[in-house]
This record gives sequence, structure tokens and C-alpha cells, in this order.
Amino acid sequence: MISRFARHRMAMAGAVLLVLVCLAVILAPLLARQGADAVNLFAQNQRPGAGHLLGTDSEGRDIFARTLYGGRVSLIVGVAAVLISLGIGILLGGIAGYFRGGWDWVIMRITDVAMTFPPVVIILTVAAIIGPGLWNTVLIIGLLNWPIPGRLVRARILSVREYEYIDACRATGASSWRILFRHALPNAVDVIVVTGTLGVANAILLEAGMSFLGLGVQPPTPSWGNLLSAANQLNVLVSYPWQWVPAGVAVVITVLSINLIGDGLRDVLDPRAGR
Amino acid sequence: MWSYVLRRIGISIPILLLITVGLFGLLQLTPGGPLDALAPPEAPLSPQARAALGRALGLDQPLPVRYAEWLSEAVRGNLGYRSDNGEPVSQAIGSHIGPTLELMGTGILIGIIVGILLGVISAVYQYSIFDMVLTVLAFLGISLPAFLAGLLGLYFFSIQLGWFPSGGITTPGTAPGLGQNLMHLVLPALLLSINQVAQIMRYTRASMLEVIEQDYVRTARAKGAGSGQVVVHHALRNALLPVITIIGASIPNLVGGAVFLEAIFSWPGMGQLFLTAVQGRDYSLIMGMTLILAIVVLLANLLTDLAYAAADPRIRYGT
Repeated sequence: MISRFARHRMAMAGAVLLVLVCLAVILAPLLARQGADAVNLFAQNQRPGAGHLLGTDSEGRDIFARTLYGGRVSLIVGVAAVLISLGIGILLGGIAGYFRGGWDWVIMRITDVAMTFPPVVIILTVAAIIGPGLWNTVLIIGLLNWPIPGRLVRARILSVREYEYIDACRATGASSWRILFRHALPNAVDVIVVTGTLGVANAILLEAGMSFLGLGVQPPTPSWGNLLSAANQLNVLVSYPWQWVPAGVAVVITVLSINLIGDGLRDVLDPRAGR
Repeated sequence: MWSYVLRRIGISIPILLLITVGLFGLLQLTPGGPLDALAPPEAPLSPQARAALGRALGLDQPLPVRYAEWLSEAVRGNLGYRSDNGEPVSQAIGSHIGPTLELMGTGILIGIIVGILLGVISAVYQYSIFDMVLTVLAFLGISLPAFLAGLLGLYFFSIQLGWFPSGGITTPGTAPGLGQNLMHLVLPALLLSINQVAQIMRYTRASMLEVIEQDYVRTARAKGAGSGQVVVHHALRNALLPVITIIGASIPNLVGGAVFLEAIFSWPGMGQLFLTAVQGRDYSLIMGMTLILAIVVLLANLLTDLAYAAADPRIRYGT
């Protein structure tokens, strides 16, 4: 299976890109000479150059450092939010698929609503009500994005529960919960891995959007989204493109690499789907 | 056919109600609630006056009663008043919905036409350079968030190249007209459609590749139909069936993109109004807009389902 993934050229390109992004973000203290919050009022709005690789912002902070440290925040938000939504999605999807009946109906109607209604609208409304902040952002994205993994897990469990080995488990007297978690859900791992991977890309985009509007991660903590929000001021957008373009490029490269990996994983795990 | 339409509408109404119940509960249960949004705690207002204000607004009633009240007024077309300038919510929505429908409609149209066209070409010439370039571009398009597309588009095409106006729906000080309106529309609509073009293209390609291999397509070829004719008349129609579903499913995302693009291009539509409502915690406006939005999205879904049923007789006459 690993060799199939390795032969998938686009997925490998994605994996290499993502490793580079992760390395850059982890090694931020070694790569950037300045800290993310080092204010220098004598070096405001400087062009990219020798002292500051990508220039400085309106408070003289180094853009290169802020973009790298911002990546830490954006990636953490993406992964943490997906862990929450996967957890809820697996639990509810598993229950709905395995036990069927009333709970299945209720859970599926909730996912219907969540999937017809624009997620950005709900997320922005909730963010405005609860208030911005790093962990609120994680919670909002995580708690509102379980329907997609939930539906996929349910669909898989619906077919898995008809297999004979599940009957065999039941015959040995295992409880329903034990069968669901120990025997049925492991058969949904491929679905969970693919939707989780693509979910991280989606969560990073949502964080960027929320922070761009000032409803997500708050400065001075840098994140790719709130670095991009500098471009909300027309003079920054026009005169200081180096202050917002790097964060934008970082978002696109990261999301692109994750999407490529997710797509490759889907091809590898299910050769029939897509081409 | 009509029973099918009625059945679909019947399914939509409970979903609509569920959305409003969820949002209403959420808005009411937040710390502070509507009273704090109307009169901030630091405002010079005695506790007695606060309580009186709450009573006058019916905020002392239990939650289900307040929801029933809101719903019965909403059904009669009264969505309440904006908290910032007292304008009726229905009037505010009425004056903002036109530009949004214009922007989104154009975006969808570009998305469908360009997406299907590129998808078909890329499937017919599978593994050609053209196909590979398009596949890479599609991945880029899916990974590019609407607001970043907006910023980059505004920077390059409006400011650096000066091809398009940088915002608004008309240029102040000049005579408004259709041509001028279109000039303002082109850039945001194109940027909005990027994501959709990419998605529709990928699905069209995959679906075309599957159909092209089917026996009946080979039969058509064997009977001597030209390859262009085979693609257009025999393969495309069946290949588009799954694409219709994708068009419907991409609408929620499109709405999200429109919110950002309206903000970036100062497009005077629902997206901007929504951001004002959210930032000012304007409860009536948020509820009213969400209701209208839910109706629009459900209608779009209904249209998608009907288009699907019209294109695929099996759905219409099946169960």
C-alpha cells in the first residue's frame, strides 16, 4: 500500500511539500533571526531585503518570522479542530450506522441541515457570539464540522454490520458497544483517514477566513489568517504586498499539499473511486 | 412529477424550521443575550429601567414562547427591525439581495459553463499535456480560499493593471448603466467562480471518463458516429447526471465565498449586510438573513433535484 502511494506522483509531491512546510514551521526559531513579536519601531514597513528576508510590518516585526510562527498556529488549529470533529463524527456516525433506528434518524437530519446550510455563515455567527480567540476558533471549527465524517462513517458501518464476522462476534456474546468500537469501526479506518486529511485542509481555510475577518485568532498571536487581514487596509494591500502575500502563499501551498495527499490516499485505499 | 416536487418541498420545510430553531436558541442563550446587544451593560441605565425594557420587548417570556412569537411574525413578513438604524429587516434584505443574486448567479453560470467545458476537454484528451495542466490548476483552484483569490485579484487586475474598477457596483459621479455595472461585476464574479470551475471540472472529467468506456458509447462509435458527435450527443448527457448533484452541493460553499468577496470588493449585497449584522450582534437582522438564506439554499437544492429528475427519467418514475 505504501508503495502504491509512493507511485502516486501528485500525492508524493504533496507529501514532500507538506514535509517542507512542517519542517519550516517547526524549525522557525532556527530559520528566523527575529522573534515573531520583536517590535522595532525604527524598521517599520521595510521592503524585503538583507536584514529582513520578507520585510517588516507596520510595527517593524519581521514578516518571515511571523509567517513561520503563524504557520504553527494555523496548523495546530487545523489539526486540533479535525481531531474534535473526527471524534464526534466517528462516535455519532458509528452509533447511527450500527444501532440504526431513532438515533440514526435524528443524527442524519442534523447532518442534512448542516450540509445544506453554508458553513461559513454559521461559523461567523457563532464566532461573533462566543467571541474570538485561538481555542474558541478550534472549538467552533471542530464542533461544526463533524457531519461530513459522521455521514461517511455511518455509510461504512451500515455495510460493515451486515458482514458475517460481526454475526460471529455477536454469537460469542460481545456487547454491541464492544463490537462497534473493536470490530466494526476499525473497518472504517480508510474512510476516517481520508476525510480527516481533507478536513485539515478545510479547517486551515476556515481559520484563515475567520481570522481574516477578525473573528478568529487574535493578534499579536500570528496566524496565517490574521496576517492576511492586514490586507484589509487599502494602503497595506496596495503599497506593502510583502506583508500579506507570504501568508497567502503559505496557506495555498499547505492546503494544496494536504489536498494532494488526501486525494492520493483515496485513490490508494479505494482504487475504484476517481481517477 | 408534481408529487415529486411536493414531496421535496415537504422535506425542506422541517429542515428550514430546524435551522431557525437552532439559530434562535443559540442567539438567545448567549451570555448577555439580545438585551445587552441593545443596551450594553456599561450604558447608564438603572436595573429597573433595564427590566422594564426587557419586559417591553417580551424578553421576560420563556424561550419557546419567544420563538413562537418570532415565527408567527416572520410568517406574516415581519422580521423585526435593525438595531443600528431601526430599518425594517425585510426592507434591508430587499435592498441587498439583488446585487448578491447578480454576483452569485453570474458566478454559478461561469462555474457551470467553464467547468463542464474544461472537464469534457480534459477527459477526451486524457493524459495529454492539456489534461495534466488542467488537473494541477484544478487542485490549485480548490486550495485557493475565496478571500485570498479576492485579494490577489484586486491587487493584480484592479490596482496593478487597472483593468477593472476596484470595488462597488457603480462608479460614483458617473451615469449608472448596464455596461458599467458589468465592468464592476466581472472581476468578483470570475474570482468567485474559481472554486466552482475547479470542482465541476474534476467531477465532469471523472464522470466523462467512466461514461466513455461504456458499451453504448462504443456502439455509437462502431456505427460510424463522428467522435465529436459521440461526445456531445451520447456521452455528455449521461456524464452530466452526477455533475448536477455537485452543482447543488457546491452552493453552500459559494455563499461563503460570496460573503468574503462582497467584503473585499465593497459589493453592496447580503454578504456585507451579514458581516455588519454579525459584528454589531444585530439579532433580528441575523435571524432574518439566515431565514432568507436558508430558503434560497433550499430552493436551489430543490431546483437541483428537479433538474436531476428532468434529466434522469429513472428518478421521476421510481420510488
